[in-house]
Amino acid sequence: MREIAYEDLVKSVKAMVMHTATHLPEDALKAIQKAYDNEESEVAKSVLKQILDNAQLASKEDRPLCQDTGLAVFFVNVGEDVKVVGGSIRDAINEATEAAYKEGYLRASTCDCFDRHNLKDEVGYNLPAMIHFDIVPGDKIEIEYAAKGGGSENVSRARVLAPAQGKEGIKQFVKDVISEAGPNPCPPIIVGVGIGGTFEIAAKSSKHALFREAGTKNPVPELDAFEQEILEELNKLGIGAMGMGGTQTVMAVHIEKNPCHIASLPVSVNVQCHSSRHSHITL
Amino acid sequence: MAEYKMTTPLTNEDIEKLRIGDIVYLNGTIYTARDAAHKRLVDLIEEGKELPFDLQGSVIYFVGPTPPKPGEPIGSAGPTTSYRMDSYSPILIKHGQKAMIGKGKRNQAVKDACKEYKAVYFGATGGAGALIAQRIKSAEVIAYPELGPEAIRRLEVEDFPVTVVNDSYGGDLYEEGRKKWARD
Ligand code: SF4
Repeated sequence: MREIAYEDLVKSVKAMVMHTATHLPEDALKAIQKAYDNEESEVAKSVLKQILDNAQLASKEDRPLCQDTGLAVFFVNVGEDVKVVGGSIRDAINEATEAAYKEGYLRASTCDCFDRHNLKDEVGYNLPAMIHFDIVPGDKIEIEYAAKGGGSENVSRARVLAPAQGKEGIKQFVKDVISEAGPNPCPPIIVGVGIGGTFEIAAKSSKHALFREAGTKNPVPELDAFEQEILEELNKLGIGAMGMGGTQTVMAVHIEKNPCHIASLPVSVNVQCHSSRHSHITL
Repeated sequence: MAEYKMTTPLTNEDIEKLRIGDIVYLNGTIYTARDAAHKRLVDLIEEGKELPFDLQGSVIYFVGPTPPKPGEPIGSAGPTTSYRMDSYSPILIKHGQKAMIGKGKRNQAVKDACKEYKAVYFGATGGAGALIAQRIKSAEVIAYPELGPEAIRRLEVEDFPVTVVNDSYGGDLYEEGRKKWARD
């Protein structure tokens, strides 16, 4: 059994979290640049220019890209033949998250659902991290991370459709969600669509779909074609960058599909704003 | 689509010039407030008490910045989604506020208040927090420090870039822009 020291795990995750708050990844930068190049509306183009300038400034001066530095979301694949010595993986991730948010001067945004008070002093600074674990073959730990802001989460939706509604029904649902969202999730956006599974698996898939690099093809030809079809429909809405009207509203649609119950067709839409801060490490 | 440089406090004349899609570079003093601070301001008005700053001609920015690094006035400071302020803004506008800065749709009551009392809603670019912070020259908490990022701050800004989303003529850039670019 391979061993990884707790401290090493904390160190790697902390570095990743801090870096992600200030550096937009290559795939997001390229997608925004492409939107800028293709945009026909002058107003929207000037917004996209600001977004690109902001990314450049943030990485040069190590400043948070956005003041909503998000909740810390992790997908963690733990190999069956590896163990962490000196503490639990969950504790390591939480410790790293808290340290990164504090030392990076990032905003603590976790609060109690009812009285809305910030949890930074009791649970921890921007804790708890939102962690999804999976167990996989091998002796590695793979960690995918995203700093997920509130604006784009607020417009995300899930619904269980009737099987007869099929692909048309899915497309219509996605379109309704994005149309209703309008300017609020800071377009241009990436749209994660989780199809099938049970209610919660559809939702989780729609989030995980956002971790795929923008600009990469879905490996399943049928899903790739469906993604392109939905993307085209969504960009007809005319919402544009920051909702000011334009041709470039959605930079990519990413679908993850699972088998589902014969009686149902769950579908979930998770929206990612243009500040698509994500990264991954393998230990 | 015109461009203006304006200095706060804003006057009715300033507001009358502005149409949706215009770009404005703001100079002078603006105030920050989010939901919790808005609620307190509205409570003070209803109780007939004095507010922590002069509402006449004021500009309120909906923002909850990141903590400043040592030696800097403010951290990243882009706009937050504005609808959470919809139930409060019309009351503040009625009492003299002239402009709001945020992102995202407003409800009909806010648009009506802009028309009736001559005020505007500006959009700033969400997710451009580092860039916007460069235009903020100083920041000082003037009320409700216990609210943390939601405290009311007085900001001195230079050429702070915003776009007119709702003007005082009932115009709505989100609706008009979308109509113009929608296909099918
Ligand atoms: S939606 Fe994204 S870019 Fe917009 S304010 Fe929230 S985190 Fe920032």
